[in-house]
Amino acid sequence: MVFDPYILGIFCNWCSYAGADGAGTSRMQRPANLRILRVMCGGRVDPQFVVNALMNGADGVLVSHCHPGDCHYIEGNLKTVRKMPILHLYLKQFGINPKRAKYIYVSASEGIKLTETIKEYVEEIEELGPNPITGGF
Amino acid sequence: MEDIEEIEMSGREIPKIGVYICWCGINIGGVVDVPKLCEYAETLPNVTFGKEYKFMCSDIGQSMIMDDIKEGTINRVVVASCSPRMHELTFRRACREAGLNQFLFEQANIREHCTWVTMDDVPGATKIAKDHIRMAIAKAQKLKPLKVLKVKVEPATLVVGAGIAGINAALDLGNSGYKVYLVEKTPTVGGHMAQLDKTFPTMDCSSCITTPKMSEVARNPNVELLTYSTVESLTGYVGNFQARIKKNPHYIDQKLCTGCGSCAESCPIECPNEFDLGMKPKKAAYLSFPQAVPGQYTIDMNHCIRCGICEEVCPTGAIRYDDKPEYIDITIGTIILATGYDPYDATRMKQYGFGIYPNVVTALQMERLLSSFGPTGGKVRRPSDLKEPETIVFIQCVGSREFTGKGRKYCSRVCCMYATKQARSYKEKHPKAKIYIFYIDIRAFGKGYEEFYNDAGKNYGIVFIRGRVSEVYETEDHNIVVRAEDTLIQRQLELEVDLLVLSIGLEPRSDIDDIARIFNVTATKTEDGFLMEAHPKLRPVDTLTDGIFVAGTVVGPKDIPDTVSQAKAAASSAATLMARGEVEIEPYYSTVLDFRCAGCKSCIGLCPYKAITFNELKKIAVINEILCKGCGTCVAACPSKAIVQNHFGDDQINPIIETAILKKINKREVKVE
Repeated sequence: MVFDPYILGIFCNWCSYAGADGAGTSRMQRPANLRILRVMCGGRVDPQFVVNALMNGADGVLVSHCHPGDCHYIEGNLKTVRKMPILHLYLKQFGINPKRAKYIYVSASEGIKLTETIKEYVEEIEELGPNPITGGF
Repeated sequence: MEDIEEIEMSGREIPKIGVYICWCGINIGGVVDVPKLCEYAETLPNVTFGKEYKFMCSDIGQSMIMDDIKEGTINRVVVASCSPRMHELTFRRACREAGLNQFLFEQANIREHCTWVTMDDVPGATKIAKDHIRMAIAKAQKLKPLKVLKVKVEPATLVVGAGIAGINAALDLGNSGYKVYLVEKTPTVGGHMAQLDKTFPTMDCSSCITTPKMSEVARNPNVELLTYSTVESLTGYVGNFQARIKKNPHYIDQKLCTGCGSCAESCPIECPNEFDLGMKPKKAAYLSFPQAVPGQYTIDMNHCIRCGICEEVCPTGAIRYDDKPEYIDITIGTIILATGYDPYDATRMKQYGFGIYPNVVTALQMERLLSSFGPTGGKVRRPSDLKEPETIVFIQCVGSREFTGKGRKYCSRVCCMYATKQARSYKEKHPKAKIYIFYIDIRAFGKGYEEFYNDAGKNYGIVFIRGRVSEVYETEDHNIVVRAEDTLIQRQLELEVDLLVLSIGLEPRSDIDDIARIFNVTATKTEDGFLMEAHPKLRPVDTLTDGIFVAGTVVGPKDIPDTVSQAKAAASSAATLMARGEVEIEPYYSTVLDFRCAGCKSCIGLCPYKAITFNELKKIAVINEILCKGCGTCVAACPSKAIVQNHFGDDQINPIIETAILKKINKREVKVE
């Protein structure tokens, strides 16, 4: 059985979701590994969503929101970015590679960047292998 | 529409979900097997049925949903089709019209995020489509009916930038009876169009068609002209923006100044002139150009030495050396950004010698030279010796269609035509002059443009040479030698000419980032640096921020007819909002569960809108639902999970995450990474 990484994306409505729409409209092809969950703002991303996804067997979680200073809600994205180091620390303590939770900035016009990032992330996760919680594949 | 009675829903009833899967022609149906997806959806919990249709967004598709709601077979709707950013509102309206609360609808994106990005991978696309449908159904189970909030729209507009776009938008809105604040950074309205000599392809005199508009906008009783002013900050939301505007000091009392010009006549200081692009000095006390509106003078304090002569000669005693900036606060319902462009800085293209050789000028400088109220009074003279040039070379695409990094990748759209226009204009006055235009491609796309270009070659004897200039150097008498290859006949050329004109492109304004930041439209900046439309085809003058519209070259290079059409479109879009009088705001606000709140106040500092206050009596946080914009930052941060957000609650998002991942978890074999 070939490892087919399951990646959950949590994208903010204004920048990254729009960027992903833009990538789609421009037909930028990418591996079929990413499902996208929409929230209104990066600030809404509770670290528990990431943990919940990993606990349920996701191989990677990609949280994406506006660039600093571009947030539709002024600075919600930065609030989440600051929670990142502690989440990574926490994942490490629980035996999960922190690479499985990735935070990126993608604006509404960065469809190309998003596509490239997804490709890279899929490769990264393929290297890491399946989420240990699933006991392989 | 308002008469439709809403079916009573508590949000706790057993969900009966209708799943509708759209083929979107072949966009979705051509990649994934839609009937199979329907069968799959029907296996999921609480799904009443899965239906398919070619175009769900069409009237027939929408009435499918409406009929099912009216029959009472379903009480939750899931449509798997395009992005919710595209058609969420369409389907919500359909639900509402059938009597179902519009927030009991959820859309699964199986086009932009699925079939369009994995076109060749059918099993992959099917897998993602199934996941997205399952996620939407998971959310649909947990949806609750919500009431939209309605806010009044202030019948006033802020138009930023008083170029031809801003003026037209302001006039249209002012004439429709709306209050307009027209803010302009420079002391006069008119923008770049006022600098131009003639306009293509009709050869209308530019100032003859601009100046009447300029005075009209100043006279319009509904338009408040705020020249020499900038927008300092903006708060609020659609229908109710608050802007703070800084009126820069003119150092001359604008109410007393009669525009007689005695101050400028007597002023001993000469300083660089932005309007004539440095080709003629201006006095420190100045009027940008003779037809400037408003016609009052301003003192340039960067150069003024406060000698006091103007104070002595001013017949009305209007000089105020101690003038201070003034701040005014306004409330507006809508905003139109028409801040325009910057001409490309030709010094960056060192090979063309602009800024090094005196007889190399930019096309905008050429406009000033051709203009009857320009630095040379309408007689084109070359800068080095004021001789009227007999031979002129134009180089096209300076800073445009440039992939080396020194310029911009896009085509600036206007240069082919303005170079042709300037050449024709010069030829009309000097029939014997020889004019060569070096181009890559001539793009004469507009109404009457191709004829205009054709005519320039045939009847005016202007020579168009296809080839990019490789080298430019100067002779002893300041003539310019241009080296290039004529790529059509494959021959090297060397021309010695009197004047070289660089057809510079249009660039985003240098302060575009500040503009975008103040108006919170940064997210919509495109790769080329201009602002982005909400949809390039269907919403060309909207931004992603509701109530803020764009017009003219702030979105990208365009000629005057396109700019004016956009300005009128933006004015009409703003008027549509204001005519309705109220807007609906998505009720995604958060509320505090008072029995859970521990009163830690973590949320209060996090809220970017100061929407959370602390109830000292109950020792709990309270959220103002009108001020709350629904970002959910406080929800994610609340340590006691006491804050719940409408439509994006933990109880709605977590089920999506849990059902999205269909993996068997084998807890016994967990290995530490």
